[in-house]
Amino acid sequence: MAVSGLVMLLYLVVHMYGNLKIFFGPGTFDGYAHWLRTLGEPFFHYEWALWIIRTGLVAAVVAHGVCAYQLSRRDIRSRPVGYVHRRARSSYATRTMRWGGVILALFIVWHILDLTTGTVQRGFVPGHPYHNVVAAFHDWWNNVIYIAAMLALGLHIRHGFWSAAQTLGAGSATRDRVLKGTANVLALLLTAGFIAVPVGVMTGLVS
Amino acid sequence: MKLTLRIWRQHDPDAPGGMAAYDVEGISPDMSFLEMLDTLNERLTVEGQDPVAFDHDCREGICGACSLVINGEAHGPERTTSCQLHMRSFRDGDTIDVEPWRAAAFPVVRDLVVDRGAFDRIIQSGGYVSVPTGAAPEAHATPVPKAAADSAFEHAECIGCGACVAACPNGSAMLFTSAKVNHLGALPQGAPERETRVLDMVAQMDAEGFGGCTLTGECATACPKGIPLTSITAMNREWLRASRKVPRG
Repeated sequence: MAVSGLVMLLYLVVHMYGNLKIFFGPGTFDGYAHWLRTLGEPFFHYEWALWIIRTGLVAAVVAHGVCAYQLSRRDIRSRPVGYVHRRARSSYATRTMRWGGVILALFIVWHILDLTTGTVQRGFVPGHPYHNVVAAFHDWWNNVIYIAAMLALGLHIRHGFWSAAQTLGAGSATRDRVLKGTANVLALLLTAGFIAVPVGVMTGLVS
Repeated sequence: MKLTLRIWRQHDPDAPGGMAAYDVEGISPDMSFLEMLDTLNERLTVEGQDPVAFDHDCREGICGACSLVINGEAHGPERTTSCQLHMRSFRDGDTIDVEPWRAAAFPVVRDLVVDRGAFDRIIQSGGYVSVPTGAAPEAHATPVPKAAADSAFEHAECIGCGACVAACPNGSAMLFTSAKVNHLGALPQGAPERETRVLDMVAQMDAEGFGGCTLTGECATACPKGIPLTSITAMNREWLRASRKVPRG
């Protein structure tokens, strides 16, 4: 869970950074998208680097999901008879890891159909990401989907980053505040950075 | 004080159980939770009913026998053992739910008594230091750095009550196992078995059917002895280190 999570987290930081290029206009954004496809040339062919990254990401997502499923199965088996007196346990971010993760998995499917393949988007033009992003966030309900998913992402990272550090044995009493702080900063930065794009389109900053 | 208790009653491991309500009167706020249960049991005995079975021994918070989930919290609202919890933590007229530890690895024996033999088997798998017997060695023969002694003592405070398992939403025994691993691992006497200890104890913990750790922190919050959550992190570090050094199979 820890290693696959950190791989995805690293990708998200780069993804969020790339997204923000949309605020510099269609030329910069579309140029960046094109550059991603020519990455590593002439050693790699067109889009090879992109497909290598995609393969790695799919492996990380599958590993993360399989581990989560196995862990959940085990955790549920370990307490066959529950408590009669139930009370809310741990923080909201911690309690929502399981279902928040399922929501994020569903969102990833939607996100790919929406902005990578364009299957669910009317007026999708392949090779013109700037146009596609503006068109996608024209529908208010799509903004709601994206913003809700990014809030779930923030919560997931808040508990996930810190937990990954503990699983890998990187935490200690003295380092705990730094790790918790880093988790919070990462969660906030990624959520705010990703939400900036639909908000930019909604406010007309990006059009 | 007058209280309403709702207590888990179960005649034997295979019998179906359920919550039964009892009104108890004449409770002093200075009574411990167990003394309050004694009061109820005296009455039940006089009335010819089965007294409520619960584990207890030292009643001074150091043996780890008492094991009550009170209002959904292991050892109740105070950060101490059930025996050191006093009735002044409750209000007159309260309804209090009392349940046993809940975990597949801790089967209910009767009422509020559970079998914590799984913890003994984890200890047997590596929670010891092998020393040659004979005359007691000279006390200063093995110097122990102050920091190591402090760390060992912090983890040695674990009384093995199982509140960590009871409180964990996943029924995980990571905090107990890590306290034992770190206690012995911090000392020079524990060094020769450092790698096999953590690998064997974690393997036994898994074999007992405890859940996995998702770092919710509920265990450390419930622990009456204040074993820190970073104890689990330290055990993860030990496990990763040991699994690199010792070939498994």
